[in-house]
Amino acid sequence: MRIFLLILTFIIFAVVSILGFRGSLSKNTPIEVFPDMDRQAKYKPQAKNGFFTDGRNDRPLPAHTVARGNYLNQQAVFSDTFADSKLGDMAYNLGKNPDGSFVKKVPIEATNELMKIGEERYSIFCAACHGAAGDGNGVTKPYGVLAATYHDTRLRSVEDGYIFDVITNGKGLMYGLKDRLNPRERWAAILYVRALQQSQNASVDVLNSAQRTELGF
Amino acid sequence: MANVFPKWVNTVPIKLIVSILLIKTAVVLGVTYYCTPKYTRVGYAPTQPVAFSHALHSGQLEIDCRYCHTYVDRSGHSNVPTTEVCMSCHSMVRKDDPQLAVVRDSYESGEPVPWVRIHKVPDYVYFNHAVHVNRGISCVECHGRIDEMEVVHHAKPLSMGFCLECHRNPEDYIRPVEEVYNLDWERPTDAASQAEFEGFVHDWKVNPPQSCSGCHR
Repeated sequence: MRIFLLILTFIIFAVVSILGFRGSLSKNTPIEVFPDMDRQAKYKPQAKNGFFTDGRNDRPLPAHTVARGNYLNQQAVFSDTFADSKLGDMAYNLGKNPDGSFVKKVPIEATNELMKIGEERYSIFCAACHGAAGDGNGVTKPYGVLAATYHDTRLRSVEDGYIFDVITNGKGLMYGLKDRLNPRERWAAILYVRALQQSQNASVDVLNSAQRTELGF
Repeated sequence: MANVFPKWVNTVPIKLIVSILLIKTAVVLGVTYYCTPKYTRVGYAPTQPVAFSHALHSGQLEIDCRYCHTYVDRSGHSNVPTTEVCMSCHSMVRKDDPQLAVVRDSYESGEPVPWVRIHKVPDYVYFNHAVHVNRGISCVECHGRIDEMEVVHHAKPLSMGFCLECHRNPEDYIRPVEEVYNLDWERPTDAASQAEFEGFVHDWKVNPPQSCSGCHR
């Protein structure tokens, strides 16, 4: 009996010292104790795939095609009046007029809801470099990111379509965001940028007396 | 007639019973402790091809989760960012750092960075990120304090019991939608807030399925 107890204690000791405790950090791939159909041979997003030579499940876009919902305005494409067989709503999707010049004003209705979307998307995608106030002082500035301030005459007077084009395709050091913001979100962000520009370049006259006292003018 | 059995045989049955009980207890305890995702998955912290620090990017710089994991609020799958997203800053920040050579090579060649996936549920579980984050379930509930991790590790078991815990009592985990991506949000414990959380569950028609087909198909 004594020998049995010794062996049992030894085995428990050995198991615990080999397997360790719950939650301890490990670089080893997790063991699947009951691997019943846990891993199935099916297409999963961003997973590996031996069928294609590049080994990817997510297929890159073939030439001359567009991803669903990212570029063409589906509603316009399937409407009776759809004329442009190539680009859908150019003003909305590209920020450009048919003659190639930039659209002057945001081509969708500016609503509070759109402004809220703009504020949210701005704080996610733009504020890191351009700063919460749009002055080019984002958190990344000390690390060497150069970002434009919105508060100069050039960017105050530029067309909305131009800003749309910069967000879409990037400019200079800035990379385009077309894969991360859909056209509606880009227009919303522009709306918010315009609001920021106004906030930093407002005259005292637009305030009523109560607001003036509050701000100490 | 001489004794057929020596005297020590008298204690054999009791010793046998005690031994079997001890072995059984040890095995049951061992399986309960080790054969569960709380042991097998929690603490998994593989070495990634690039030593990306969430503690720096998300914690210190407070870059929103969605800057990189852009589609988490629009898709069932929370995407790992493309190399272009890394390069939108790292074309300027630390552009010659040898630690980022993998990222630069990937950007040049178009081959994805071979990130090691940490959080995995079995393939017969259909977890949808968008429905959770858009209804006030924060990243932190399943992924832990990613914003404090230098090297990401698997923090929660993601077992079925873990899912059901929240599906049965969503009001204990739900939070205001604007705090979903704020991982260090502290949950108020007073009665008024609890009533507010119950209000969210009611107003947003949060009705987490507890039937098999809710998550398995």
